[in-house]
Amino acid sequence: MAVKQPQTQMRPTTTPETSGAVQTGAPKMRAAGINFYYGKFRALHDVSLEFATNKVTALIGPSGCGKSTFLRNLNRINETLRDTRIEGEITLDGENILTRDVTEIRRRIGMVFQRPNPFPKSIFDNIIYGPRINGMLKTISAADIVEKSLRRAALWDEVKDKLRESAYALSGGQQQRLCIARALAVDPEVLLLDEPCSALDPIATAKIEDLLVGLKSQCTIVIVTHNMQQAARVADTTGFFLLGRLIEHDKTDTIFKNPSKKETEDYITGRFG
Amino acid sequence: MSRNARRNGVNAFMLGLCGVCAFVTVSTLFVILGYLVFNGATSVSLNFFTKLPLPPGKDGGGMANAIIGSAQIVIVATLIGLPIGFFSGIYLAEYGGKTFAFLVRYVADLLNGIPSIVIGIFAWTVIVVPTHHFSALAGSLALSLMLIPITARSTEQFLLEVPRSMREGSLALGANKWKTIASVIVPAARKGIMTGMILGVARISGETAPLLFTSLNNQYFSTGLSEPTASLPVMIFQRAISPYDDYHRQAWAAGLVLLALVLLANIAARTVISRGTSLPK
Repeated sequence: MAVKQPQTQMRPTTTPETSGAVQTGAPKMRAAGINFYYGKFRALHDVSLEFATNKVTALIGPSGCGKSTFLRNLNRINETLRDTRIEGEITLDGENILTRDVTEIRRRIGMVFQRPNPFPKSIFDNIIYGPRINGMLKTISAADIVEKSLRRAALWDEVKDKLRESAYALSGGQQQRLCIARALAVDPEVLLLDEPCSALDPIATAKIEDLLVGLKSQCTIVIVTHNMQQAARVADTTGFFLLGRLIEHDKTDTIFKNPSKKETEDYITGRFG
Repeated sequence: MSRNARRNGVNAFMLGLCGVCAFVTVSTLFVILGYLVFNGATSVSLNFFTKLPLPPGKDGGGMANAIIGSAQIVIVATLIGLPIGFFSGIYLAEYGGKTFAFLVRYVADLLNGIPSIVIGIFAWTVIVVPTHHFSALAGSLALSLMLIPITARSTEQFLLEVPRSMREGSLALGANKWKTIASVIVPAARKGIMTGMILGVARISGETAPLLFTSLNNQYFSTGLSEPTASLPVMIFQRAISPYDDYHRQAWAAGLVLLALVLLANIAARTVISRGTSLPK
């Protein structure tokens, strides 16, 4: 991975809140002044946020606050919806992704969705789909990629004997880890997760959380979650969204123990949402 | 009568009405099937499948040429109509914008509603008239014109049933739109699309009107697509309006054979389709 040398010096300053600049390393991605519209409805208001390299960033907030919309702009998957418009700049390693080839961007920025969405293919073919369309099989064998990806998603031991079986034969939690493995198979630099555990039971959820913590050494992770405990468990920094605005972004500890905005505190303490 | 008793009465009446209508629907099929078997079964023999038609009054004639001819006409119509219908279905579901897709969808529905005899006249005008003779190809063209809108609309509907999340899953891996359609969406909708195709082909297999003045008929095996060609529906029609009793029996037999062939093709295709992975329910 072509990751620029991270600047490791920590900045103890409690930086301007809404800029979202929590310095825990050089930012891998940066969103600046994002406005997003579904038709005439403005879903995001001037959101700026930085994602530190090899860290987990959680986005929390009540339903409809724009956190998923924001996440879905980071790999430009929102473009596939009709009648939408984005303003602002999103950079990956300093390059504006909004002006680059979208398929290349999406290979570098993987995504896992709310509900497991395996393709109607075998487990093997699900994993190999991404590498195949991106022409990666010329250098590595398909079997190697499949094993490596499934191991990274902590699923290998459970499925190694049934790679040729339909992905639908797996349980919900296994399907979601398969989707993570599928995303990892193309070696993304950033992994976006949109409430990946909302359809799963607590045991499956715990497995995925463990997985994320292990994965962050390999890629930068952004996770949208409804579950505040989940944010507290896995995230290095947390951003709080409300009504289409980023209210506050800071170290997870700070957000939960000592938020600087009243809205954040109200939400965290359960006064609304 | 109390309010409740009246409500219960209406409830029972409507339930009964729906049940009776459902029974009429289902029993129609069995009545037709029974009639065909009753009148036609005795005339279905090996000769029917292997021999050419004979003049009325002579025993041992068959409809081998019409069976082959029907197959020929329907296969060519399928080769023309299915791909066009399939790809326009993909266009409608995946690429279409607002205005043009609306137009295509609307026209397809109109085309679907055109009386089949009008389609026959059209094929007669564009092929039979310029070439100066009736041909299997003209019949195939007429049938393919019926198949296109059926296939397009059913393909579209089944593609739209594939959940959005599956499209996004593929796009998010860096696949472009066509790759996503070809490798994920269409395979996911495969069963439905193919079922729609089978029903379309079954539907055109029995069409008579478009063939009356396009492929016409033939007492012998036709030698190519540009020849007038016998087909089962036209054979049934001509036998049925003839004054001879043995011809009437043959018409019943041909009807039975046509139905059986369509049914067999249907079952065979469904068996093939039911293999392999599909969407979870």
